[in-house]
Amino acid sequence: MLHEPAPQTQERDHALAAKAKLGVRLFWAYCLVYAGFVVINTVDPELMESEILLGQNLAVVYGLGLILLAIVLGLAYNRMCTRLEDTMRADAEKGE
Amino acid sequence: MTYTPSPVAVILFIVFVLFVIVLSSILGRRTKSAQSYFAAGGTIHWSVNGIAFAGDYLSAASFLGICGMIATAGYDGFLYSIGYLAGWVVALFVVAEPMKRLGKYTFTDALDSKFNSKGIQLMAAISTLVVSMCYLIPQMVGAGALVTPLLGLPHYVGVVMVGGIVIFIVATAGMTSTTYVQFLKGGLLIIFSTVLVIMVCHHGLSKKPYTDYHDFRTLTATATPDGSLVLADTVGKVLTVHDAGGQKFAKVEMDGSVDWWQVVETTEGVRLEETLSVTKTADGAVLYNGAPKADGKFYQVGHMSRIVVDGKEVESTGPLSPWEFLSLVNEGEVVCFPKAAFTDGGDKVAVHYQKLVSGKRVMRPGLKFKVDKGAKLSDKLNFISLMLALFFGTSALPHILIRYYTVPSARCARKSTIVAIAAIGFFYVLTLFMGIGAMVNGVLDVESSNMSAPLLARLFGIPLFAVISAIAFATVLGTVSGLIVAASGAVAHDLMDRYLRIEMSDRGKVMAGKIAAVSVGIVAIFLGIIFKGMNVSFLVGLAFAVAASANLPAILMLLFWKKTTAKGIAASILVGMVSALTIIMLSPSMFERYGLGKSAAPIPLDNPGIISIPLSFLALVIVSLMTQKKDAAA
Repeated sequence: MLHEPAPQTQERDHALAAKAKLGVRLFWAYCLVYAGFVVINTVDPELMESEILLGQNLAVVYGLGLILLAIVLGLAYNRMCTRLEDTMRADAEKGE
Repeated sequence: MTYTPSPVAVILFIVFVLFVIVLSSILGRRTKSAQSYFAAGGTIHWSVNGIAFAGDYLSAASFLGICGMIATAGYDGFLYSIGYLAGWVVALFVVAEPMKRLGKYTFTDALDSKFNSKGIQLMAAISTLVVSMCYLIPQMVGAGALVTPLLGLPHYVGVVMVGGIVIFIVATAGMTSTTYVQFLKGGLLIIFSTVLVIMVCHHGLSKKPYTDYHDFRTLTATATPDGSLVLADTVGKVLTVHDAGGQKFAKVEMDGSVDWWQVVETTEGVRLEETLSVTKTADGAVLYNGAPKADGKFYQVGHMSRIVVDGKEVESTGPLSPWEFLSLVNEGEVVCFPKAAFTDGGDKVAVHYQKLVSGKRVMRPGLKFKVDKGAKLSDKLNFISLMLALFFGTSALPHILIRYYTVPSARCARKSTIVAIAAIGFFYVLTLFMGIGAMVNGVLDVESSNMSAPLLARLFGIPLFAVISAIAFATVLGTVSGLIVAASGAVAHDLMDRYLRIEMSDRGKVMAGKIAAVSVGIVAIFLGIIFKGMNVSFLVGLAFAVAASANLPAILMLLFWKKTTAKGIAASILVGMVSALTIIMLSPSMFERYGLGKSAAPIPLDNPGIISIPLSFLALVIVSLMTQKKDAAA
């Protein structure tokens, strides 16, 4: 089964700093889009009524867009992190 | 509403519960060490963990609460979906990998990894218990709300039943059985919610959602010079008129019963429109539309009064694509049923009256959250505060954080978070369709918005209702199990083992965890009974606020500010937790609950995040700066 004592993975992660930096950048990018949504809803909620895409209003498009953006950014982040981990581990192994 | 239990639903429910009990018993025999009890051995595959994350996170609040809130308040309910999902971005980009690297069983381990501080151990454990309890209450309320239509049993029986089953799951195999219950539940919830949304779109929109949908009656009346009303027909008479919530309601005696009607004054005269009323009489009886509940006079409601297709008004549409479904609701007009309450003599009366609301209004924020022109500053702050708490709350929930210790590596933690985001994001898109579907398809029980999704499923037949109800029940089981594992970890690992340094063998730690799980479960049962009737999503929103205030500033500053000290972290958790709880206790919603009225509340905010989160950050910075030398010397 999958639940016996855990293998303690102490393998050194050479991409730690680069991944953290990337994560923080993507976090701020998403934060900005999310803040825009909150600001519009607070300052001018009627703007959310405007039809902007195939009969859908801004509220629906922005709301669904935020959900979709989280998924897309997540996938992109994983891809970039995996690449960073593999590249930096390979570089470190060459150096050793 | 009077519910009739369905035998299919009962059988499905029993099968699911038996399966869960057998699974837990088998896994329980193999759970001997603290590592396997608290963290499922740390070897769960990332894809299984990702779906288990979804099963853990998509709680009664998401399925029952959000769908119910969208069904009654339109797009405002969907704001919860957006906020809850956005919170995962913080978890993925900032918290996931460091938490995995720094921790062992609980998030206290991670916070304390640099310091080995008694203060952090104590505060973080208390915070875990408080947040878990705040989160447990709505889950238990949701369980009670479900068991009535599913099994025909009273609310408290549902709460006791869920409590009992979950205590068994956690006390046998801890995180291992919890993981598999959550995995199954997460998968089933997403699959059958998709089926439900397909059915909603296939059903389309109709002014009369089903054949025996209630036909609302209208009476004409004339106002006499002394201000009283006289019915145009001789079928009944108006006994009295009350003002409440900006509306007038007439007490009408007709056909041998007394009921409440909404008074609508127009230039053409006065008309009375049918309402749904619940009257609690002075002698303790409860009347539904003027009759005992058993008479079945209380019906399900919610429909469209205007549907426009290609510029022409139609009675029904036939099957629609998801995109068309949303745009036609946006173009149409919906009949909502807001509540007004007043007293009539010794009777307490709650009236749900018909209100026409344009689709454009339903499909944008503003029905529940007062953000429109003329809104008070406190209303707008309340809204910002909620969105802030939802955004920062997810990555601070102890029962979510402990799932990072069930996978073998930081890379797996990241991958499982992405699987979770995809699964949870997809589900939240579905909530918009399920909620709006419940709003316009005549399935709403005005007394319990939490039942909207299961009742929507009943529109499409008893088998789907039975499956959805059984899954909703499983939803509660999965989330409550996770919460109880988190709480038992806080007691047995953080408090007993690390803080009090009680000498325990590995088996002793497991036993302590099991005893803690039973104790937390019993407390949760009591709280679930006391809080009956509150919207579960609202309650979870508050749990998020407490988590975001107590835990997130400590996590973020530990990761990103080198001057953070142990005392700073402990102070931050204490200040965030106490300030959030104090604001909640003094909020308008709680004052209404105390029976003192919303206006008597000293703090005009329902959501504390906008005050308590900055306070928590401030406490950490000030105390850390003040304790730099001491920590350095130590």
